[in-house]
Amino acid sequence: MADKPKLAVWKFASCDGCQLSLLDCEDEILAVAGEVEIANFPEASRAVIDGPYDVSLVEGSITTPHDAERIQEVRAQSGLLITIGACATAGGIQALRNYQDVKEMFNVVYASPHYIETLETSSAIADHVKVDFELRGCPVNKMQLVDVLLAHLHGRKPNVSAHSVCLECKERGNVCVMTAHGTPCMGPVTHAGCGAICPAYHRGCYGCFGPMESPNMPALTSWWKGLGVADADIRRACRSFNGYAPAFREESEKYD
Amino acid sequence: MKNETYILERKDFPTLLEELGRRGYRTFGPTVRDQAIVYDELESVDDLPAGWTEEQDGGKYELRRREDDALFGYVIGPDSWKKYLHPPRQKVFSCAAVDGLITIDDPEPEEPPMAFLGMRSCERHAIAVQDGVFLDPGSADPAYARRREQALFIAVNCTNASETCFCTSMNTGPKVDLPVDLNMTECLTPDHHRFTVRAGSNRGAEILEAVPTRPATEAEVAEAERRIDEAAGEMGRTIETSDLKDLLYANLDNPHWEDVGARCLNCANCTMVCPTCFCTTMEDVTDITGKSAERTRRWDSCFTWDFSYMHGGSVRQSSKSRYRQWMTHKLATWQDQFDRLGCIGCGRCITWCPVGIDLTKEVEAIRNSETVEEAHADN
Ligand code: SF4
Ligand code: SF4
Repeated sequence: MADKPKLAVWKFASCDGCQLSLLDCEDEILAVAGEVEIANFPEASRAVIDGPYDVSLVEGSITTPHDAERIQEVRAQSGLLITIGACATAGGIQALRNYQDVKEMFNVVYASPHYIETLETSSAIADHVKVDFELRGCPVNKMQLVDVLLAHLHGRKPNVSAHSVCLECKERGNVCVMTAHGTPCMGPVTHAGCGAICPAYHRGCYGCFGPMESPNMPALTSWWKGLGVADADIRRACRSFNGYAPAFREESEKYD
Repeated sequence: MKNETYILERKDFPTLLEELGRRGYRTFGPTVRDQAIVYDELESVDDLPAGWTEEQDGGKYELRRREDDALFGYVIGPDSWKKYLHPPRQKVFSCAAVDGLITIDDPEPEEPPMAFLGMRSCERHAIAVQDGVFLDPGSADPAYARRREQALFIAVNCTNASETCFCTSMNTGPKVDLPVDLNMTECLTPDHHRFTVRAGSNRGAEILEAVPTRPATEAEVAEAERRIDEAAGEMGRTIETSDLKDLLYANLDNPHWEDVGARCLNCANCTMVCPTCFCTTMEDVTDITGKSAERTRRWDSCFTWDFSYMHGGSVRQSSKSRYRQWMTHKLATWQDQFDRLGCIGCGRCITWCPVGIDLTKEVEAIRNSETVEEAHADN
């Protein structure tokens, strides 16, 4: 028992969807629990075992001064630090604030804004500490999450590819929604991992897994213009869950 | 063996599919799904795309209604037979550690033989190209060999060509000229709807014996030929092949690669839809205890970083180097490697490139830039 690696799951600014993916692996979770010691995972168990931890899964972005300190503590206690999801890897949907004046928004949203202590931006974990592996997605693909953990346990390479979603569409037999339906799609610039869900239901890719390894944003957006997509819609498409990932952000700024 | 040309009337076409089923074949062929004509398993003649055709151009595909009820009145869709003979994902083996011994299980479950209905001439050539890769005695792929051996080819000659076709440039069509089990041409007028059929193998001849046919008249054979000739005259693209290899080898540093590299998304669609592209990668998975593992082979592409990854990084770092690799392999280095061109002129990479990059135009641009350079040199 003592040899089992200790796993901790940490939450920063996020919706919990990614760590819930781990709980959602009904068939696998019990077996995973047999191979690792779940030392700190408040969503799953109240029992907390002190660090250090062999593996930390970190969900969420850094949005408060307190969290900016806490992530340093997590790093110090962790062997392998794996960030999971768009919030942790790119700042998440809440990074839309980075394009606005945060104080001004508070005054509109909160009755007593002086209680709020926050940073100007929502930022990725890797902007604060060294990250060993980033698992993309909003939310992450639960099978990839299990695969990354198993890969670490067994000393092999995780099966996580950084190429476009298009390869997944073709593997699944999807008809290309952009070519055959004229539907604007983020797939060619988006990191694979979801298994091409949206195009399988005749929707363009929303870019949930963030930019792929070599995103050619201008080539895609100029084609979108040919499809009749308005500048404001190009900006919105680039600025969603991964809107602060550099490639998407830079392209969106051209359409401000 | 019935080796003349016969006539199969449209009303008797269902008997052909029934006969394939009786002989234990799973039949795959064209059908309309998601606004495209794809290949899928056919239950009956009703699944065929009767009355449908398509319009194709760089980055564009549009399903269109025909004025008649032709069953094979389209050209080609996004799929090719590659997805059956060389499937996107294939288990290579699984292994387990039992009592200190490693056992490896048989990766080859028995599959019923497949019949491919509606094979085009260029597609038959594409299979010949992949045969060169997967049936090479030194490195044969047993799973491919088994499926290939069992598969029945029912070709239907093209009687239309699309804007993106250039099989006449590649000497791969539109008339089927490589061995197939049955070779048909659809002939449709307001007065009749029938198919000329010829058997090309004993298997094909047996099937032909079992369906209601009559010998074709000379006029009927001539009508079929005329329709194929019409398709030959409709090619939307051309490519000059005589000097291709030397042209591309002489132009590895042509600034045009930079230009196409800037337009290319590196999305890999061209390689996925290409019926000759064969590259794969391996994925290993382990179970939770680490006591068993499985290796899967899946389609990969020269457009991904991992594909040319060696210790320390990817060999082909830039977009231009990846596009150049793909196109020079198809059109030039393939000739050194396999003694033939790697492209059969189907145009899928043009239609299904999300930004309409067109290899025929890229070759032209390189050829023209060379002429310009020569003109400069002469001056
Ligand atoms: S390179 Fe393009 S035109 Fe040639 S065989 Fe492949 S998909 Fe068809
Ligand atoms: S040529 Fe077209 S289909 Fe091929 S990788 Fe480039 S953008 Fe994608």
